Amino acid sequence: MEIIRILISELPQFAKGTLVALEVLAGLLFLGLVLGLAIALAEIFGNTVVKFFATTVRKFLWAIPQLVLLFLVFYLPFDLNPVLAAIIALGLCSSAFQSQIFRGAILSVQSGQIEAAKAMGLSKPKIIFYIVIPQMIRLSIGPWTNEFSSELKDTSLAYVVGVVEIMRQAKYIIAYTFGNTAAVYLFVGVLYFILTRIGTYFFYRLEERLWVPGFEKRS
Amino acid sequence: MISFFHYAIEILPDMLSGAWVTIQLAVVCITVGILFGMVLGVARVYSSKYIYWIVTGYVEFLRGTPCLLQLFFIYYGLGDMGLLLKPVIAAGIALGINTSVYQAEYFRGAIQSIKPGQMTAARAMGLSKWKAIRYVILPQALRLVIPSSSNEIIYMFKYTSVAFAVGVPELLAQAEINGAMNFRYFESYLLAAIIYIIMVFTVAKIMAIIEKKVYVPGLQLMQ
Amino acid sequence: MSTILEVKDLTKKFADIEVLKGISFKLKKGETLAVIGSSGSGKSTMLRCLNQLSPPDSGQVLLEGVNINAPGIDLNTVRADMGFVFQDFNLFIHLSVLDNVMFGPLRVRGMSKKEAREIAMNEIERVGMIDKIDFYPAQLSGGQQQRISIARALALRPKLILFDEPTSALDPELTGEVLSVMTGLANDGMTAIVVTHEMGFAQSVADKAIFIDQGVIVEQGVPEKMFAHPRHERTKLFLSNFVGLQ
Repeated sequence: MEIIRILISELPQFAKGTLVALEVLAGLLFLGLVLGLAIALAEIFGNTVVKFFATTVRKFLWAIPQLVLLFLVFYLPFDLNPVLAAIIALGLCSSAFQSQIFRGAILSVQSGQIEAAKAMGLSKPKIIFYIVIPQMIRLSIGPWTNEFSSELKDTSLAYVVGVVEIMRQAKYIIAYTFGNTAAVYLFVGVLYFILTRIGTYFFYRLEERLWVPGFEKRS
Repeated sequence: MISFFHYAIEILPDMLSGAWVTIQLAVVCITVGILFGMVLGVARVYSSKYIYWIVTGYVEFLRGTPCLLQLFFIYYGLGDMGLLLKPVIAAGIALGINTSVYQAEYFRGAIQSIKPGQMTAARAMGLSKWKAIRYVILPQALRLVIPSSSNEIIYMFKYTSVAFAVGVPELLAQAEINGAMNFRYFESYLLAAIIYIIMVFTVAKIMAIIEKKVYVPGLQLMQ
Repeated sequence: MSTILEVKDLTKKFADIEVLKGISFKLKKGETLAVIGSSGSGKSTMLRCLNQLSPPDSGQVLLEGVNINAPGIDLNTVRADMGFVFQDFNLFIHLSVLDNVMFGPLRVRGMSKKEAREIAMNEIERVGMIDKIDFYPAQLSGGQQQRISIARALALRPKLILFDEPTSALDPELTGEVLSVMTGLANDGMTAIVVTHEMGFAQSVADKAIFIDQGVIVEQGVPEKMFAHPRHERTKLFLSNFVGLQ
């Protein structure tokens, strides 16, 4: 069971790769969240010009494969380190998806809720802060968790621009232990699976905690 | 700007041949994905306990791992063990398997949202369970699954670009090759992006037309 | 008693349709006014014009003598002073019963949590729902939700309350609990305008009734008299739809 010994001795390398992957993940999700929210708000509340602009940006980001955008950003005429390039490119792609999540959630806040708040004399910023956002968060956690796990796996794409994340570490390990390719990749698969599970479990618990009767629950 | 156009026209034949490979690869893995996805989806709803657990474990594990990893496992991993596949075959299998588990989930969702009365009515007419699935449940599920399924199809179309990592000469690979040859990486990828955008918009349009064509009043996914 | 609300010549158009064609009336402090009329007559629109949920095209609404359409008036303060009870309740679905009723005092009036809670508990008690303070709207029956939404309106300490068909969305067996809460309010001296199809309630509780048809007030007066001896043909026709009125 040579392979198990190798995998155990390489655990620190996998841990390093995991940390880099999580760094990319956190960065891209944050960028995607901010941009996605901005696009969603622009598409719902913006005037015709803003709306058109936001929709166009979203559609183009949605249509470009992540790898293509990754290389485009990486080969921009100025120097970007690979991690930053990955965060920017994957974050831009994610924003297109996240904007759809937020748009759907905001639009499903029922108009009666806003009207009732208005009738009570609540100002517009307060309506957004106390009514729209709390309800929107609850409505978006479910789909957002899907986006999270999808992006967790897509951090592996950063491999192609040389980010030393999990896949790159696996490649190194395969290279200097001469072989064991299938076993190493299988182990990497288990690693990703566990990370995905931990992540989705965390968001599931968060959803449970925030859940109140009357909101639809994920199965 | 003008220099980009000149360059774009120069490398366009290569890029278009790459796009053609992309399209072929996409058609193959999307077809594989839908067929296997349908089988897996049905199995997750209607099969016996043991098969259910095997299928669920398989689907959940693959959904928890990256597509790129699956591709490397099939191309490098199996290759290391003596099963050498041509890059394009390995990519077709890996991407097909990858997309099939997502399609499986959409099929499962669609099947589960069909009202139980449909199955009961079919059985009450004397249809066997499998005939009821074949003639009543699946035709409804196929229509219900289309919106989510077509999202997955478009997603997979873009995702065929990972095949470049094992050397399939598709669009992204052509951009890389031409970029390296001419030292014009950014412009090569820019042209690739433009071609992808055109293709993806076209695919999306086709899917929208299909959605409209098979629409049946009253049949919709339970929210 | 002093006049609390005066409405002068209110008009409202949606697209090309004139929904309100000059509505005027006065309301004294402590009075309950029933607004009746068939659906589409403009009575709900009239109510929404009063607190500017849909702003009128012309006319004036004077609350304690102050024109609320005038520039420089803070509309939010005006709205807080006019409680509004919706046909379909519109309780905030992400908040518990207690948080719903505390919401106004806390977020609109800017009171402390302690004060808000005290007021909320009082109002919840008044509508008889004190055992449900930790429930969420989705866990309550329609009648219970409507009682809470009345408590929510009352917790703002409004000068008057507007009821927009408060029992129309309820199953018949649930209307009683809401109407009895509203009767209690009227007896406590709350000023209220009630758009309603409940003729029994209008007759026994309201001090005044107005009948609106096609955007104009056709007839107004004391409900008993008006229902027993309508002067206009249109009123007569409308009232004939309700069996059991004396």
